[in-house]
Amino acid sequence: MRSPRPYADPYVAGVALGLVLLAAFVIMGRGLGASGAFASTATGVASLVAPERAAQNPYFARYLAGGGGASPWRDWLVVEIIGVAIGGALSAWFAGRLRRTVERGPNLPSRSRLGFAFAGGATMALGAVLARGCTSGQALTGGALLSLGSWTFMIGAFAGAYALAPFVRRLWT
Amino acid sequence: MIAPFPLDQALGEGGSLVAALGIGVAFGVTLEQAGLGSARKLAGQFYLTDFTVLKVMFSAIVTAMLGLFWLGRLGVVDLTRVYVPETYVVPQLAGGLVFGLGFVLAGLCPGTSCVAAATGRGDGAMVVAGMFSGVLLTGVLFAPLERFANSTALGVRTLPNLLHVSYGMTALLVVVLALGAFRIAERLERSATL
Repeated sequence: MRSPRPYADPYVAGVALGLVLLAAFVIMGRGLGASGAFASTATGVASLVAPERAAQNPYFARYLAGGGGASPWRDWLVVEIIGVAIGGALSAWFAGRLRRTVERGPNLPSRSRLGFAFAGGATMALGAVLARGCTSGQALTGGALLSLGSWTFMIGAFAGAYALAPFVRRLWT
Repeated sequence: MIAPFPLDQALGEGGSLVAALGIGVAFGVTLEQAGLGSARKLAGQFYLTDFTVLKVMFSAIVTAMLGLFWLGRLGVVDLTRVYVPETYVVPQLAGGLVFGLGFVLAGLCPGTSCVAAATGRGDGAMVVAGMFSGVLLTGVLFAPLERFANSTALGVRTLPNLLHVSYGMTALLVVVLALGAFRIAERLERSATL
């Protein structure tokens, strides 16, 4: 087995990511996103299970109506996030970094790590619903567009993270 | 001169979805190459040992911001047709704080969790599952949150019109802010490895 290649220089990778974001602005007139793909998928599932209730729900209705009445499964961000997974896997494969593992702190059992990962994901979901986006759609995209709300989100996210980090050191150290 | 970009209307639905897939693949490749599929690396940001998150994010913001500024100024892109997220001050501040708590617990954000999961990391897959369940549950229980989520709505509001300075001057301020942040990050990283 090959040894994994080291990661790219963060500034070079950042400029490359900026060019991808710029391409999204130039081609599509909109930036990148991630939590929106989860919102559309959840809306798709909700309207499969209970179509009438989903249509009356003020949150799911946003995603049913969005995209010009198209199906939430054919949403731009859902396709984009499938691309993210494909691109990530290809990149890791070419670099010899594709490996089954659970990343965790040295003193944390694997099962606890998986529990915290799930809880963290669910907590981020609540935050992203309230903020109408996450690190991709708000911090990165809205940040580059100088949106007031996006910079407010970014400050909030880093403040929340730094406030909690000292209390959960055991997770990572 | 008529700005020919963006192309979204010319592309139609099929073309847009092909563009979405291509842009997504490029997004995934850059995140993975930067090491942002690794939760341990992201967590380093919050314990001041690895500033990859800050460096990648700010370089990307500066690059895209300056690129769009100049393409707008040169008349290549019609900036009025680029979608800017609307501002809801209080829910976005509160949402940001809650998001930040989840970010530390997960060690990944929604986009990077997809890269982590796709590169074989079980923790990444659990963050994806948590995100999906969380959005579904929040959506089902959204009614009591709706008023708060729609409060302090300012529409499209940008830093230049808040600060009463030009678009170009605000962009310059962001560049200075980023360069300052990079300097501090390099210094802290050096002291963390000593």
